[in-house]
Amino acid sequence: MAKTHIPFMQTGTLVVGNRLLDEEDRAVQSYQNRPSTLTRGHRACQGCAEALAARWVLDTAMEVTQGKLMVANATGCLEVFSTLYPESAWRVPWVHSLFANAASVATGIAAANHARGRDDIRVIAQGGDGGTGDIGLACLSGMFERNDDVLYVCYDNQAYMNTGVQRSGATPPAARTATTPAVGPHPGNVFGQGKFVPKIAMAHDIPYVATATVADLRDLEAKVRKAMSHRGARYIHILVTCPLGWGTKTADSIKMARLATRCGLFPVFEAEYGEVTAVTKIRSQAPVEDYLRPQRRFAHLFGAKADEAALERIRGAAERNIRRYNLLPEGGVA
Amino acid sequence: MFQVVIHGRGGQGVVTASELLARSGFAAGFQVQAIPSFGSERMGAPVVAYTRISTERIITREPILNPDAVIVQDPTLLRTMNVFDGLAPDGWAVVNTRESPNEVREACPDAPRAGGHLATVPADDIVREYLGRPIPSAALLGAFAALTHQITLEALAASINRLFKGKVAAGNVNSANVAYQWVLDHLGQEDAGAHGGIAHVDVDRPSTSELPIPIAGDPEVTNA
Amino acid sequence: MLELLEGSQAVARAVGLARPGVVCAYPISPQTHIVEALSGMVRTGKLANCDYINVESEFAAMSVSIGASAAGARVYTATASQGLLYMAEAVYNASGLKLPIVMTVANRALGAPINIWNDQSDSLSQRDSGWLQLFAVDNQEAIDLHVIAYKVAEELSLPVMVCMDGFVLTHASDVVELPTQEQVDAFLPPITPLEKLDIAEPRSMGMMAGPDVFTETKYLAHMALVGASKVIKRVADQYAAHLGRDAWQPVRVWGPDSPSERGGPVSAERPAQQGEIAVIGMGSVMGTMQAAVPRLKEQGIKIRLVTLGSYRPFPARSVREAIGTADRVVVLDRALMPGVGGVLSADVRRSMARLGIPMHSVIAGLGGRSITERSLGKVLTQAKAGELGELEFMDLKRDLVEGAG
Repeated sequence: MAKTHIPFMQTGTLVVGNRLLDEEDRAVQSYQNRPSTLTRGHRACQGCAEALAARWVLDTAMEVTQGKLMVANATGCLEVFSTLYPESAWRVPWVHSLFANAASVATGIAAANHARGRDDIRVIAQGGDGGTGDIGLACLSGMFERNDDVLYVCYDNQAYMNTGVQRSGATPPAARTATTPAVGPHPGNVFGQGKFVPKIAMAHDIPYVATATVADLRDLEAKVRKAMSHRGARYIHILVTCPLGWGTKTADSIKMARLATRCGLFPVFEAEYGEVTAVTKIRSQAPVEDYLRPQRRFAHLFGAKADEAALERIRGAAERNIRRYNLLPEGGVA
Repeated sequence: MFQVVIHGRGGQGVVTASELLARSGFAAGFQVQAIPSFGSERMGAPVVAYTRISTERIITREPILNPDAVIVQDPTLLRTMNVFDGLAPDGWAVVNTRESPNEVREACPDAPRAGGHLATVPADDIVREYLGRPIPSAALLGAFAALTHQITLEALAASINRLFKGKVAAGNVNSANVAYQWVLDHLGQEDAGAHGGIAHVDVDRPSTSELPIPIAGDPEVTNA
Repeated sequence: MLELLEGSQAVARAVGLARPGVVCAYPISPQTHIVEALSGMVRTGKLANCDYINVESEFAAMSVSIGASAAGARVYTATASQGLLYMAEAVYNASGLKLPIVMTVANRALGAPINIWNDQSDSLSQRDSGWLQLFAVDNQEAIDLHVIAYKVAEELSLPVMVCMDGFVLTHASDVVELPTQEQVDAFLPPITPLEKLDIAEPRSMGMMAGPDVFTETKYLAHMALVGASKVIKRVADQYAAHLGRDAWQPVRVWGPDSPSERGGPVSAERPAQQGEIAVIGMGSVMGTMQAAVPRLKEQGIKIRLVTLGSYRPFPARSVREAIGTADRVVVLDRALMPGVGGVLSADVRRSMARLGIPMHSVIAGLGGRSITERSLGKVLTQAKAGELGELEFMDLKRDLVEGAG
């Protein structure tokens, strides 16, 4: 097919379909016979970015492995909305064991495949931020340090959404959750707490660590491809908007994820063997307020009397990310 | 059934001694059982192990309460605990010490009273000379063989050679032989000890050809 | 060929003969010698086509086992005590997923206070987990049990704990006989899982089950264990026949007049009768108990031993049959339900509810307290004289308890 000149807005990384592109440049989703690994009919909420991200991750991995893929899933939204006996939305060998052990279960699957000489079958483990970074951190770290041949994907929606929006170690400061209510002198989640699992992953010097968001699905797809080109332990951490837990419009999930990166609060980068190797620059920086204000979990910061002190601390966190990961392009943003 | 309790300290090879003893009995066609009594695995802590040798199947798993023989691998235990607890006055005992049998009896009222039933062996001196490491197990088992005749030196050497290789095996077999000879030479001399160490007493270091049994192992060592 | 082997080494070799595809474990006494030996066998290639995974916790050990078993491998792990509790969530999960994992439990006490020595509190705490629990009296049975366990696990698609007393068996050297590789290969063909992750036939395992089907899954799990007794018995008999010698049995009855020195299954031995005390127990204590019988006989105390090899499923009918018309039943219990009594006693009591025979629960050997022939003899002398209470703590140091204030 001859190359067609297409205006930027239709071909940029932000466009999903891209049937106008050269075949090798197209997304997996642009094909009618795409794997649909997480197929229709599941019970995710409207606007669930986790479902979208999981579909992209697994479809890409299915294509890369030519269908030779097995998946271990932690307990959480993704597991609950995709399977309720006797129905399953998975078109891949898939096992759910427990909340904390997806990484270990994946290790076991990889070991079983290895022992019978089937290293061509690849393994993905996946879970939410709680199953990954809180209750599942020991199993995850064990899998990392052994460098087991597993890609672990964390869908980070920044709280325990499955149980009704309680605080996790990934909940941002000031965010209101069911266990960090917006009451008292310092409403919402506490400042100075929480953890960023990608940095923990990098501390294991594993072959590949990447972050991504549902705002840039082509970038996510590319990172899954790259992850699958490595052997050993790999980790992709995806920011996924949760309309229920964040209090955002279901139509704004992509937009919110994009704002998270534009304001600097969620850095998008890749790291290999513990060193950052690539960073997605912020094309047009947004003030953190643009990201926070549409979210009801931060509404208490903006009431009649804005919580300027809290906002200043959040701005500081964004600036620290921008500095640490060098998120602004040379010469400043547009 | 012949029941042996071995006392020592962590790191002295008590568990290995128990197994060597069982293995030596097994090699001679007996039913055997070796049960170490474990504490936390720390160097220097008192350790006890039990060995049973029997013509019939051994079904009991209780610790040995009334041993036929006691082996004491560490002389410092004599004055800190009753290592001879449950041993009959005419039971057998092998003690790693430079003291004489009567000196041991003075310190330990439950030590065997019967003459010729308590052998004191300077096993530390022997293994320092012939093994080069402070593990007196094999030497004491050599002494045990001479004292009780429950196992043979041949079976003991075969067991040692099964568990160890090269210099270590040869050193242990040598030590067992020397201690065996020491007991034959000193048994019944209830007031004789090796107070000055073996260098000062009348023990010829046997050449390989004079040893009771041939030594399997590193020729360099056996020729030394 | 008879060999003198440490229990752990013997078990490691028996497991190796079963040719597992994945072995993983986390260190905890007194299980460590087994997995140390297996790691060496994998490294040297003696155990081929096997991955050995050093994990970071018992929870991970069971989780890796779950993954590997779900992917269709024959899997082995081992644990004890706190480790079993730490993996408890995954223990229940493995049976719910119907994965035929075999795990050795080197039975050890549960803290606090921390205690590394032998009793059976650990595996008995998992009695409702849906796992089979098979107990070895000695190291020969421990060897045989591991081969039997794989066969049973894979036929039933259920996980099996092989329980052996920590230190007393795991660290003891005994004269044992291992089956040959040819014998095990002929008895235990390569695993063909009922259900597994398969790229040719993708399926979802471990799905959520709602109130509409949950009761039914639990009912089926119950019936699977009820039916397991027959399979266990058949496989044990097949194994013995295959090797042409006596081997482990789910229930064994023995008395001084028994035709064989180890006793036999209920079908081959007469039950206890009037004038006799039936003594019921599991594990190594039954060896010591047997050794104590001749002296008791001299005192006119007639004993019939009922040794339980299978704790889950609980062979209630066989126990009832073996008790027969005994004057009384004494259960030697190596685990305690505080505020209630012996764990095994509760199972025995349930199985003999209608017999009207008095039962005594004797809590013995907690946390490594030595079980001696003398103490067992004392307890049974009291039982004979009608002086034994319903619940007794053998060798309890009254002065310590009373001094504790």
